[in-house]
Amino acid sequence: MILDQLQRLGQWGIAFFERLGRAHLLLLQMLSGTFGLLRRPSLLTAQLFNLGVLSVLIITVSGLFVGMVLALQGYYVLADFGAEESLGATVAASLIRELGPVVTGLLFAGRAGSALTAEIGLMKATEQFSGLEMMAVDPVKRILTPRLIAGLISVPLLASMFSAIGVLGGSFIGVGLQGVDEGAFWSHMQSTIDLQKDIYNSLIKSFIFGFACTWIALFQGYDCVPTSEGVSRATTRTVVHSALAVLGLDFMLTAVMYGS
Amino acid sequence: MQNTKESQPFVKIRGLHFSRGARKIFDGIDIDIERGKVTAIMGPSGTGKTTLLKLITRQIRPDSGTIEIDGQLINTLSHSKLYELRMRMGMLFQSGALLTDITVFENVAYPIREHTDLQESMIRRLVLLKLEAVGLRGARDLMPNELSGGMARRVALARAMALDPEIVLYDEPFTGQDPISMGILVKLIRQLNDASRLTSILVSHDVAETCQIADRIYVISDGKVVERGTPDELHASESAAVKQFIHGLPDGPVGFHFPAPPLADDILAPAKP
Ligand SMILES: Nc1ncnc2c1ncn2[C@@H]1O[C@H](COP(=O)(O)OP(=O)(O)OP(=O)(O)O)[C@@H](O)[C@H]1O
Ligand SMILES: [Mg+2]
Repeated sequence: MILDQLQRLGQWGIAFFERLGRAHLLLLQMLSGTFGLLRRPSLLTAQLFNLGVLSVLIITVSGLFVGMVLALQGYYVLADFGAEESLGATVAASLIRELGPVVTGLLFAGRAGSALTAEIGLMKATEQFSGLEMMAVDPVKRILTPRLIAGLISVPLLASMFSAIGVLGGSFIGVGLQGVDEGAFWSHMQSTIDLQKDIYNSLIKSFIFGFACTWIALFQGYDCVPTSEGVSRATTRTVVHSALAVLGLDFMLTAVMYGS
Repeated sequence: MQNTKESQPFVKIRGLHFSRGARKIFDGIDIDIERGKVTAIMGPSGTGKTTLLKLITRQIRPDSGTIEIDGQLINTLSHSKLYELRMRMGMLFQSGALLTDITVFENVAYPIREHTDLQESMIRRLVLLKLEAVGLRGARDLMPNELSGGMARRVALARAMALDPEIVLYDEPFTGQDPISMGILVKLIRQLNDASRLTSILVSHDVAETCQIADRIYVISDGKVVERGTPDELHASESAAVKQFIHGLPDGPVGFHFPAPPLADDILAPAKP
């Protein structure tokens, strides 16, 4: 009994580390194709459109709502202390430091990551990768690398949009609805938000989330069992793993960036 | 010893072993694919013909044994050398393996765009000629999901030919073709082979068509080469397995069934929970 369980644990462990190893090998292969991508920028722009531009709508709408909710909730708490004037600073700091990168990462995994996994998995299941191999085209460099780079570029931009729209939404509610003084709203924000500590860190966070989500999505697709069930499982795994990765990484990054 | 390379077979397989899990697919086979000839590989379904083509193109690696292509040992070839070699090969997949998000035209143009710097007008001309040869010039604007299985395979054939390869591997080119396109394909494969001194490997079940165009035929069964020779030699073969296969007889040494315990044992065995 116990031996059986021990054995299963061992098998699980070995399988886990094998997958981890394959994921890193794939990453190296993908990165080695970056240089070749410079000569074919059209491959990259197509994916920037797919992953980035097509995600703009969901990101901006979500950003707007998150910003408005923040302003509503923040106002009630701050008003108790007579500190409504710092509403702008509160909304902006929450968005830029945490919610912008995190929610964008989660939404990106749901909208673009799952689509990436399904696309890559189906290409594998229908032998399109073997077809490419036989045309002497490296499927990793030709298909995966542009998607990885596009993910790396898109997510920080999307997260910035999310935060910016969120701040606007916050000002609609705070200034427009709750009657916070407009000058105070913006000037508090300006004096609190720091370029280095807030904006750069936000960009670093979202870059790392974009990297994690795209890598997970591409690996799950590339490594999936080439059947319809395999692709569907891989798609689920992409969303679950990406969400966990984003939240876990966010904790670690926040601890490093704002810990001391 | 002049012209040694020319007189050597294009593909030379020696002592090839390959297993899928516990199942032995190949148990030490030797095959020579001669230059400029059409060599057919025949055998019952599931013997590993597709697997053999994948081994020859190193999409998978053998457990042991050597595969030489044009004098190069492919087991140990580097990534870039392998891709160089694949540029000289064309492969027609059993499933077609077309890229599903681009049109028929773009599919055929794909390898040309990837590997050459030809001008658009030149590419267009080349692609249309290749599509004309398989009778699908009119279908150039269709997407792969709008094609029938037989049409998809013909498009894949045009794509495999796009870069004028030196060797073409056909995996079941005749399945799903009506008698007319079948006849045309048979002629086309022969013509391509003779006109451009191509080397062809043809995997097929269709005995009549294969005997019509093949110069040499290998019959594999149960992981071994059971017979080799010209179509005439094959027809005259004394081997019971070959006779059975060529004449399509239900009884004989070649089993229709995937390896399994006797039916009575299996049926009477208690159901597993
Ligand atoms: N990915 C795989 N994993 C495990 N076993 C496999 C796999 N692919 C093929 N096989 C096994 O290998 C054997 C040979 O398969 P292969 O596709 O080469 O047969 P084939 O001769 O091409 O058959 P057909 O004429 O029906 O196309 C089959 O018995 C199959 O069960
Ligand atoms: Mg097959």
